[in-house]
Amino acid sequence: MWEALHFEFMRHALAAGVLVSISCGIIGVLVVVNRIAMISGGIAHASYGGIGIAVFAGIAPFGGAAGFAVFMGLLMGWISLKQRDRSDAVIGALWAIGMAIGILFIDLSPGYNVDLMSYLFGSILAVGKPELWFMLVIDLLTLAAVILFYKELLAMSYDEEFAEVTGVPVRALYFLLLTLTSFTIVMLIRVVGLILVIALLTIPPYISEQFTSTLGKMMGFSILLSIFFITSGLWISYSFNLSSGASIILVAGAAFFLSHILRKV
Amino acid sequence: MNDIPAIEMKDVWFSYNKVPVVEGVSFTLSQGDFLGILGPNGGGKTTLLKLMLGLLKPERGEIRILGKPPKEARKFIGYLPQETDFHLSFPITVFELAIMGRLTHSKLGKPYTKDDHEKAEMALNQVGMWDYRFAKVGELSGGQRQRVFIARALASEPKILMLDEPTSSVDPQFESDLYELFKELNKDMTIVIITHDIGVISRYVKSVACINRTLIFHEEGKITEEMIEATYQCPVDLVAHGLPHRVFPLHKGKD
Repeated sequence: MWEALHFEFMRHALAAGVLVSISCGIIGVLVVVNRIAMISGGIAHASYGGIGIAVFAGIAPFGGAAGFAVFMGLLMGWISLKQRDRSDAVIGALWAIGMAIGILFIDLSPGYNVDLMSYLFGSILAVGKPELWFMLVIDLLTLAAVILFYKELLAMSYDEEFAEVTGVPVRALYFLLLTLTSFTIVMLIRVVGLILVIALLTIPPYISEQFTSTLGKMMGFSILLSIFFITSGLWISYSFNLSSGASIILVAGAAFFLSHILRKV
Repeated sequence: MNDIPAIEMKDVWFSYNKVPVVEGVSFTLSQGDFLGILGPNGGGKTTLLKLMLGLLKPERGEIRILGKPPKEARKFIGYLPQETDFHLSFPITVFELAIMGRLTHSKLGKPYTKDDHEKAEMALNQVGMWDYRFAKVGELSGGQRQRVFIARALASEPKILMLDEPTSSVDPQFESDLYELFKELNKDMTIVIITHDIGVISRYVKSVACINRTLIFHEEGKITEEMIEATYQCPVDLVAHGLPHRVFPLHKGKD
């Protein structure tokens, strides 16, 4: 396995794995405890619209994805606040509309053949230096937000109504969370693809919750689990020549079922 | 205490999806009072509390808490929600939950101060839960959890304490301890309590209000026949059965 580290792409892939795990662990926990996994799935898929628009306009696909993901995330958040009892239907609609926009724009882009599969299932082995910097920036933003607003995020996540009564700006925090979630999702798309994002976002927190007594510890444990899933998935994909994204998710999936059995006992 | 009323409602109306829940409610509660709110399920008790907290906006009418609009008065209010058995798998410790009450006094983006820690400790001691401070909230019994939520409301050092059925899941022994605690606290703060327990009302509260869309307010803490009939719409003797007689004032024979 170690000889793989002679390849620059492998070193980049491992660095990317660690970097995305930091945001993924932190934001994943907030996604799970605030029950916005459905919105996160919607953001992941709708961000394909941004990729299509970016390809059509001739700009960097991940820049387009990031901008569009934030836009769709805030839109979903806003509509689901307005129509709480129909939020899942609205999110489902935006989920598909976003993807359709992406597909049509790529159809309209002349002479450009996008590798759709790499966006659907990820391409961690193709991560370059600029993307690593982008990931580092997102990590720092996420860490800063969570350290700064830890007590408010905890209050909002546990008891939104009480948080509101005590004067915590729950709306603003909710939209901040959606923005950070959108950026994290775009990073994760690079690693496991937009179809599989949701698993990497939710499985580590789901497992961590059983073994931790505070939100902070849950985040830390989720980061470690995420690093473990990505590196071991990467190793499996390298050793057996399998798709990296799917290998990572299936390692996480195996751990998920194992922990679920442990939870029942 | 001073002259500004703790709570003032003037002709307050509210409905959920066009179904009226609160109709033309007016009353004034002085500071230092201990108000018990009675009423049938769906009668608007919790809605009334949420209006006072500024969580809901009245369609008509005016609400003043300590002379201020509800949203501005929030930092003076300690609040215990009706449901405390949610998010049981959530990773949060007893201490973290209690200190949440200090949010009203702390700044956004700043950690809790030493003072906040001391106030949370005091509140947990008041409800006898300090020894459990490191325990996960979801692993407590219903009664223990209720105590921690009460500690959270107390930690904010409120001027008004609003309690939505505080004894719904505590054991009878703790229930009477709790009311003794409220009685003690009432020396320094106004208390508003929603309860189904008419016996409790008669022993501890100073004023009673009954709400069933409309509200009947009684300053001397007596439950009148009219109130019961208006709120529960059932014969008084059924409701009164088994309750201490002093709940009801002597009934003058009706003509």
